[in-house]
Amino acid sequence: MEKFTLEEFFQLLKKYNVEELEGVRIEGDLEIEIEPGAGVDVSTINALLALTQYINLIQEFGNFLYHANAALMYLQRLSSALGIQLQLPSTTQQIQPQQPQPVTVEAKPKIPEKLIEVKFEPYKPEYTGVIEEVTLGAKKSEGGTREVTVTIGGERSLPFYTFDAEMPHMPVIAIDIFDRKPMLAKAVREHYEDVLEDPAEWAKKAVKDFGADLVTLHLISTDPMLEDTPPSEAVKVVEEVLQAVRVPLIIGGSGNKEKDPIVLEKAAEVAEGERVMLASATLDMDWERIGNAAKDHGHVVLSWTQMDINNQKTLNRYLLKRVGIPRDSLVMDPTTAALGYGLDYAYTNMERIRISGLRGDTDLNFPMSSGTTNAWGAREAWMKESPIEEDTPWGPRELRGPIWEIVTGLTLALAGVDLFMMMHPGAVAVLKEIMNTLMGNVKETADGDAWITMEG
Amino acid sequence: MKVKSPLEIYRYLPQTNCGECGYDTCMSFAAQIIERVVKPTDCPPLVRDAEKDEKVKKRLDELISLTSPEILEIVIGGENTVKIGGEDVLHRHELTFFNPTAFFYDVWDSLDDKEIDERCSKVVEYKKFYVGDFLTLDGIAVRCTSNNPERFKQVVKKVAGYGKPMVLISLNANCMRAALEEVAKERPLIYAATEDNWREFLQLALEFKVPVVVRSKNLDKLKSLAKTFKESGVNEIVLDPVTEPIGEGLKGTFERVIQLRRTAILGEDKDVAYPIMVTPISAWSIEADEISKAYWETVIASLFIVKYADVMIFKSLEPYSIMPTITLRYNIYTDPRTPVQVEPGLREINNPTAEDPVFLTTNFALTYYTVESDLTSGNIKGWLLVLDTEGLGVEVSVAGGQFTAGKVKDLIKDTKIEERVKHRYLVIPGLAARLQGAIEDETGWKVLVGPMDSGRIKGWLEQNWPPK
Ligand code: SF4
Repeated sequence: MEKFTLEEFFQLLKKYNVEELEGVRIEGDLEIEIEPGAGVDVSTINALLALTQYINLIQEFGNFLYHANAALMYLQRLSSALGIQLQLPSTTQQIQPQQPQPVTVEAKPKIPEKLIEVKFEPYKPEYTGVIEEVTLGAKKSEGGTREVTVTIGGERSLPFYTFDAEMPHMPVIAIDIFDRKPMLAKAVREHYEDVLEDPAEWAKKAVKDFGADLVTLHLISTDPMLEDTPPSEAVKVVEEVLQAVRVPLIIGGSGNKEKDPIVLEKAAEVAEGERVMLASATLDMDWERIGNAAKDHGHVVLSWTQMDINNQKTLNRYLLKRVGIPRDSLVMDPTTAALGYGLDYAYTNMERIRISGLRGDTDLNFPMSSGTTNAWGAREAWMKESPIEEDTPWGPRELRGPIWEIVTGLTLALAGVDLFMMMHPGAVAVLKEIMNTLMGNVKETADGDAWITMEG
Repeated sequence: MKVKSPLEIYRYLPQTNCGECGYDTCMSFAAQIIERVVKPTDCPPLVRDAEKDEKVKKRLDELISLTSPEILEIVIGGENTVKIGGEDVLHRHELTFFNPTAFFYDVWDSLDDKEIDERCSKVVEYKKFYVGDFLTLDGIAVRCTSNNPERFKQVVKKVAGYGKPMVLISLNANCMRAALEEVAKERPLIYAATEDNWREFLQLALEFKVPVVVRSKNLDKLKSLAKTFKESGVNEIVLDPVTEPIGEGLKGTFERVIQLRRTAILGEDKDVAYPIMVTPISAWSIEADEISKAYWETVIASLFIVKYADVMIFKSLEPYSIMPTITLRYNIYTDPRTPVQVEPGLREINNPTAEDPVFLTTNFALTYYTVESDLTSGNIKGWLLVLDTEGLGVEVSVAGGQFTAGKVKDLIKDTKIEERVKHRYLVIPGLAARLQGAIEDETGWKVLVGPMDSGRIKGWLEQNWPPK
């Protein structure tokens, strides 16, 4: 099979003394195939037709249709000149050769009269998995004393993709409180100044004034480097806080690997029946002891790993299989890094975990928790001004800190976090507002066009 | 990208393994195309042959179209440009996101000239140090609020003088035409063609050869607009599914943006495979105080930096709005395939002497650059030891066992720092305080625990250096 470009084809026409048609222009570098010896045959026509239809689609070559028609006519003349019977396929009826007319190149582009109306068909993904539902807190009827409980998880789609599947529970926010005065950024501290010495009052303020769904009590005074409070002493605060508020409780240690298992075990004992969450079991601690404390007293355990999906799988498996934690009593903390300080790792790690869960990985389909307060570790959140001289001034830190916590939280909400541990009341309020919005709980709307012409 | 396997690409390559592309074999070159590290035109023999042989050219074109990104890539701007779109995946871990959301900041033509200049200067001058470089803003959006073609033209010309890429905003085709007559060669993005004005805007886009935004919150209409423009010969199209600032409207915006991108990539709907515009500036049309509006604008922006917006228009130029969004954008668009690490070893800061302090940090790029720039810009003389923590930050690597006393000992030995300084005092990060004893035992050096944040080193040194 020989191949010609259109240009060559017209050269060929010339050779056969077919008269030149004025104004015919060849666009592109399209090929026409001609069988050797067969002269011009149907495949040539088809090639031209395909070409015509193709060109027809791309109106950039607006008047090329005309050229193609002209070329087709040449073919017919050529074939009769050569005495070949030319069989035109029936589709050629649509592009009847016309009398050649001088081509006028349109200066103005063609503007269609009407829109080409088409339907948008959204793509629908299928997930086979579902995230486990975990309830924190227990009411009287369930053996506890909470007046409200909190349920998280249960998703069948990516976070807030309510157009794929209903999202049964909006993520919740816990506010952090401490059993001793911690180091806090100024913008956070000023909201708690009056309660820093009194965890029970602190908890009340978090719930009543700042709308916390739960409270996370960190028993940091048990740290051997700090007061080294003995476990039996430390857990008295647990009882005080349980009495002060009616919401579910999360209990954390100091992060000391040796002491935390003992402290959390003791806390599990005194909170018997309340279905608290023990924070946390980690791979480098005695996770078995913490897991057993949760299991024996009917609590939930937080499985905390350092931004590693495989470690998260491993620890979850240990807790589920070796300890025997029920599937409705495990929450994961895959680690939160602040905006600008590793948030990309935290986001992607959580997103991968959530997608694995939705795709049916039963080692990973648990609700996730985020220590969003970590956002305050970012210097942009608390430092008075930039230490870098060339930086554009950073502006007032009172306004930088809360938004740093909000953006860190919102980003991870989009990765699948179900429970946030936060501190700044403004950040708590704004994150709740945007989550309520995405859940469809905020009914009012506003014009999306007004900004185009607004002055100011 | 249509093709998923290097084999499909290999078929199109010369298969000579000549190595001109810098890879040993055509197959590994093909694999790099899949990773979008190289393009088909980076194979010199293929390009050379295509110039000579129509058949090869056809093959090359086919390969280019097979390997082009799922979402169209568009360049906005004349002298200075910004690229948008060009994305291939829905989740960054599946490959990476490519062109960071372009940030345009608002000026409007009923503002007086002095204020326009002030706002433009802020956009041009803004910079924030981050991971060894300065983050900057991309461009300026000019809104026609005067509804006066002459005034719009005048302001657009003035703004063009700042040399930044531009978005021109007016639904009035006459105003837009006036502006384009002045600045079409700067290739601004024009905003926007709607159901009402699309014929005029189509005419403008074709006539001035500029990229154009089509706008509708009805996705059937939006797709129809895009298809009509495409088939009329407009190649550079941006989709605006309309950003409604609050409530169910904002929820609807979230759904529309996700449906568009997901249907383009997974549903392979080429008619919506265009960059997406989101306008956080919409937040400024709600009733609230300035700070609330700026905060809400930042919230809307964050939502869509994570989820698929390729270009955005902002109003607030306050640092508390810009810093979080510009940082989030960097984080989300960082290539997850390349670990952000620096070379471990010894760095000399500000020509230190044998008396100056020795600091220790990790090789996580962010930590390293933060510490290095704090020392440098604080005019602190010192020696900076960079520990190989496998690219992890201080806190995580101390907890995870990549930051150990043993490794510090090796680092001291390998860098021969003991030959460079007379003292034996090592300043470690505040977040590594718990390793103080272990490092002293391993190295025999005296270990001083530095501040939690290197931004406070200067004040810390005043108190603690030289050691008593
Ligand atoms: S330059 Fe082209 S032909 Fe040579 S090895 Fe690379 S891909 Fe193969």
